[in-house]
Amino acid sequence: MSPVLMGAVWGLAAALLIALAALIGVWAERKIAGRIQRRYGPQQAGPSGLLQTLADTVKLVLKEDITPAQADVAVFRAMPFLVFVPIASALVVIPYAAGWVPFDIATSALFFLAVPGLSVIGILLAGWSSRNTYASIGGVRAAAQMISYELPRTLSVLALCLLGGSLSTGTIRAEWRLWWVPLTAVGFLVYYISSVAEVNRGPFDLPEAESELVAGYFADYSGIRWAIFMMAEYGGITAASLFGAAMFFGGGLGLPEPFAGVVFVALAVALAASMIWVKWTFPRMRPDQLMSFAWKILTPMALVQLVVVGVVLPWL
Amino acid sequence: MPVDVQSRNMVESDDGTPVEELLVNVGPSHPSTHGVGRVLVHLDGDIVVKADMIVGYLHRGIEKMSENRTYLQVVPLTDRLDYVGSMYANWSYCRAVERLARIPVPERAEYLRVIVCELQRIASHMMGVGAAAADTGAFTMFVYAFDLRERIVELFEELCGARLTYNYVRPGGVSFDAPDGWTESVMSFISKVDGMLAEIDDLFFGNAIARGRMKGVGVLSAEDAVAWGATGPTARGSGVNWDLRKHAPYSVYPRMDFDVVVGDNGDAYDRGRCRLFECHESTRIISQAIAQMPGGAVMADCLPRLLTPPPGETYDQIESARGSLGVYLVSDGSPRPYRMHVRSPAFCNLALLPKLAVGHTLSDLVVVLGSLDPVFGEVDR
Repeated sequence: MSPVLMGAVWGLAAALLIALAALIGVWAERKIAGRIQRRYGPQQAGPSGLLQTLADTVKLVLKEDITPAQADVAVFRAMPFLVFVPIASALVVIPYAAGWVPFDIATSALFFLAVPGLSVIGILLAGWSSRNTYASIGGVRAAAQMISYELPRTLSVLALCLLGGSLSTGTIRAEWRLWWVPLTAVGFLVYYISSVAEVNRGPFDLPEAESELVAGYFADYSGIRWAIFMMAEYGGITAASLFGAAMFFGGGLGLPEPFAGVVFVALAVALAASMIWVKWTFPRMRPDQLMSFAWKILTPMALVQLVVVGVVLPWL
Repeated sequence: MPVDVQSRNMVESDDGTPVEELLVNVGPSHPSTHGVGRVLVHLDGDIVVKADMIVGYLHRGIEKMSENRTYLQVVPLTDRLDYVGSMYANWSYCRAVERLARIPVPERAEYLRVIVCELQRIASHMMGVGAAAADTGAFTMFVYAFDLRERIVELFEELCGARLTYNYVRPGGVSFDAPDGWTESVMSFISKVDGMLAEIDDLFFGNAIARGRMKGVGVLSAEDAVAWGATGPTARGSGVNWDLRKHAPYSVYPRMDFDVVVGDNGDAYDRGRCRLFECHESTRIISQAIAQMPGGAVMADCLPRLLTPPPGETYDQIESARGSLGVYLVSDGSPRPYRMHVRSPAFCNLALLPKLAVGHTLSDLVVVLGSLDPVFGEVDR
């Protein structure tokens, strides 16, 4: 298969996976939030409100696609896709099963960390092209936040690369041992927190802080373009959860195949659910607190993790 | 692309370079303006250099409307002042009318007024704390606080049929006696309040992020609180020990044993926590009032259909959930007030926003606004 065709096929598969994850994720989020807030969440559409997201999707598709009069039209219209595509591309380098990475390249761990980071350009330009004060502030906040949190996130994954002796996610997963879990516990914590910040979710949802910026960088978006921003958010959660489950916990490595898959998915779902839990439990941070948290706490933690792994490594 | 001249505001920086301030129009339609407030914020980077509070979007002319209505017809209008704590404006207005017209109030009615107003204080403070929490992004806390408030609203519905605009306190007493079993429902509710408040205190005020967001934000000194006419939890959060229930007692409050909750630092955190702890004191007052409440009528008898107080003027103030709520009433001997004016604590407290927000970030502005707990029905009147 030619690389272009392969990229197209896996890209489409990733988009479909995100669509599925968003369908279930929005429903799960509303159900979990409901439980946390002593209410039921969606109930009416389908069993336990399962079809609620589908109904909402149909509504969003049918809604008018509004472009503000003052907006930079071409940029404004293109940006949802520039946010979505890099995040979707992260899904093709995740080791879903032992020895199987859809888009197997030698530097897939680097790909996973670097390419989704491009979506920050889309977010920044989405805010800027709206020509709306709230959207602009949201876009700038997102840029500062995502660039700051990329550093501890990258450093925490780097510890795994050191242990696995490779930049390939497939190799790292194949090399994974159970004793990595206690050794990389700090690194996992850093990875988890900075992943929440990377997908702009609470308590790090400042770029879209509804009590301050109304809706932040996508304040002026509506209909299907807004839905694509939401899908990108759930895609980010999906990618971060799957990657965390596969790399930090080995994704059920060593178990016979149906069980390994079940453990892998269960770990990923648990990670995603805990992100929803965190969002509905914590207040939102302030921009300066967010920055000092990234630079003064998370980055040193990730560096300590790296040093610990570096010290242990020669004795392996 | 035409440049929006309105949003350009050139100023000179310290070294003389012209820089542009960002004008952000927060409101009148914005999730954190607690109704229809509007703040025009001048930002230097993310720092507020100037905040103009623009009020008047909810002005309905209630004071002027009162001049064309009979004394009894004004009571429903007072409901619409502070729609989160309607009982207070009812009561303050009725006290002014009763003093002008020299109407005696039965003791049972006074006790019922104290009970509903203390319940109202819990409900209103839950709205204040919940909205302040939602301003920091803790929406779950808002729902928890509203859960508590909802139970009080249900008690009020049982008592007078309304959930928001009660029209319950009337000149000469209250409109309805407590239905059978109502005081028992109140007592069983009171027994649960402390636990629910402790949960909110633990989950929200004990949270590290919430503390970081509110501590040291919008600090108001005790001197400034007095000088700017701040009252209620806004002033008490700064350590000003001033509560009309204690220091200018009215109704049956002298018979109640309770403490005035006072904060230390005068920041958003202390103001919020003052509100929370005041709810504990309210539960103490309610249980004492229910224990002491005598039987008898709840409305003065031989009250004329049309009140015509003798010419004169009066001012009466009570401690509402937001501070000193005063009603100034002038009678010219006709069946309609010659002038009715409301001294609104929310309005006076809100005047502090431009002072407190300067130097903080845009994110802190909504926290400061939330900590002042404004209700725009009362601000604009």
